[in-house]
Amino acid sequence: MASIDEGGGGGHKKGPGVKKAKKLSTRVDMTPMVDLGFLLITFFIFTTTMSSPTTMQLFMPKDTDKDEDQNKAKESGALTIMMSKDNHIYYYEGQLKEDASNFKQATFGSTAIIGPNGDSVLPVRTVIIRKKRDVINAHVHDAGCEKIQQKAKEQGDPNWQKSCLDKDLVVVIKPGELATYKNTIDILDEMAISDIRRYAMVDLFPIEQELIKRTEGGN
Amino acid sequence: MDMTPFVDVAFLILTFFIMATKFKPEEPVEIKTPNSVSTKELPESDAIQVTFDSTGRVFFSVLSEKDPKIKYDVIKNINDSRSLGLTEAEMKNFVRAPAVGVPFSGLKQLLAIPQEDQKNFKQPGIPLDTLGGELYYWIRDAVGTFSGRKLQYLIKGDNNAKYPAFKQVLNAFKKNEIFKFQMITMLEDAPAGSELAIIRNRERAASK
Repeated sequence: MASIDEGGGGGHKKGPGVKKAKKLSTRVDMTPMVDLGFLLITFFIFTTTMSSPTTMQLFMPKDTDKDEDQNKAKESGALTIMMSKDNHIYYYEGQLKEDASNFKQATFGSTAIIGPNGDSVLPVRTVIIRKKRDVINAHVHDAGCEKIQQKAKEQGDPNWQKSCLDKDLVVVIKPGELATYKNTIDILDEMAISDIRRYAMVDLFPIEQELIKRTEGGN
Repeated sequence: MDMTPFVDVAFLILTFFIMATKFKPEEPVEIKTPNSVSTKELPESDAIQVTFDSTGRVFFSVLSEKDPKIKYDVIKNINDSRSLGLTEAEMKNFVRAPAVGVPFSGLKQLLAIPQEDQKNFKQPGIPLDTLGGELYYWIRDAVGTFSGRKLQYLIKGDNNAKYPAFKQVLNAFKKNEIFKFQMITMLEDAPAGSELAIIRNRERAASK
């Protein structure tokens, strides 16, 4: 609705017979255009996905039957994390004891909670960091260590001297049948967050399955 | 009141959103992916993607933004090796389809449906077993088609999918001698105070 200015009344009169020249205004009503502009803005705001997806790398080892091809983990540096239904996590350090006394529960949360038996359940991140610290404290320098340091130095790692401190640390991830994909990714992400270099994803042993079942049955 | 600057800014914002918007490709299922601290970007070309939803249905797709012809070659390869008897039109339809999740026996039926109506067709998912199932052949033939080119393997899973579904997908890849995967996730910041956050801060400081 372009409004037309009727022209001012104060023009110069050249004579009695001269008609007033109509002046067309250059002002156009912009309201509909602005309306449409905002409509489009709203549309694009709603359809835009700002967070672009990223990808997370995963390397799996080749399945091997030969015993000598298996990577041997030192018992002192092993941490086994098991996931089960309803986001439950269990862990033990080293070998699982006969009486399962080192079989403990952890949580995905960031703070410790009180478990069903009244004991405190630590966040899994704390468990991993604590284990890493223990392994580093118990570190003994040997020939294998030299090689790792040399390699890190060649790759230009500024902290090459520290590169082999955690070489005995191995985290074994065992997702149960009832664990979700999210649980699996979350634990793999914890490895990246705590800078764990050696980890493996394997299946649960029957004895561990039994233990989890017993623990969860009691809850 | 003079609205001109206001309108100017509004149109500037509009332009920004038009430029920044990238419509996500339509998919037969809606997947809510987990979060991770990983910052690696998603490839658009030369990648095959396996998707699984919360009920364990598996879908297969070929990402070839730069070279659509290769997608046609993939289906042609599968058609030949599995003797599916697809017509030319059906194979062209595959090129336009975002992802397929049907057994080989149902592929002809799915591709006979025009692209627009495919989303109304409930796809049962590619059959899988502990040895890889039919997904093994999909991957094998796709890898064969791309031979000589660097191919990336993407896995996209739903938050609520169970671990065995993921394991079976991994098995199908492993049977093809593929051991390096990329899982599609949403970016999330490294938690403050964690080792990763310290490393990243150090890298950021070094690059300045």
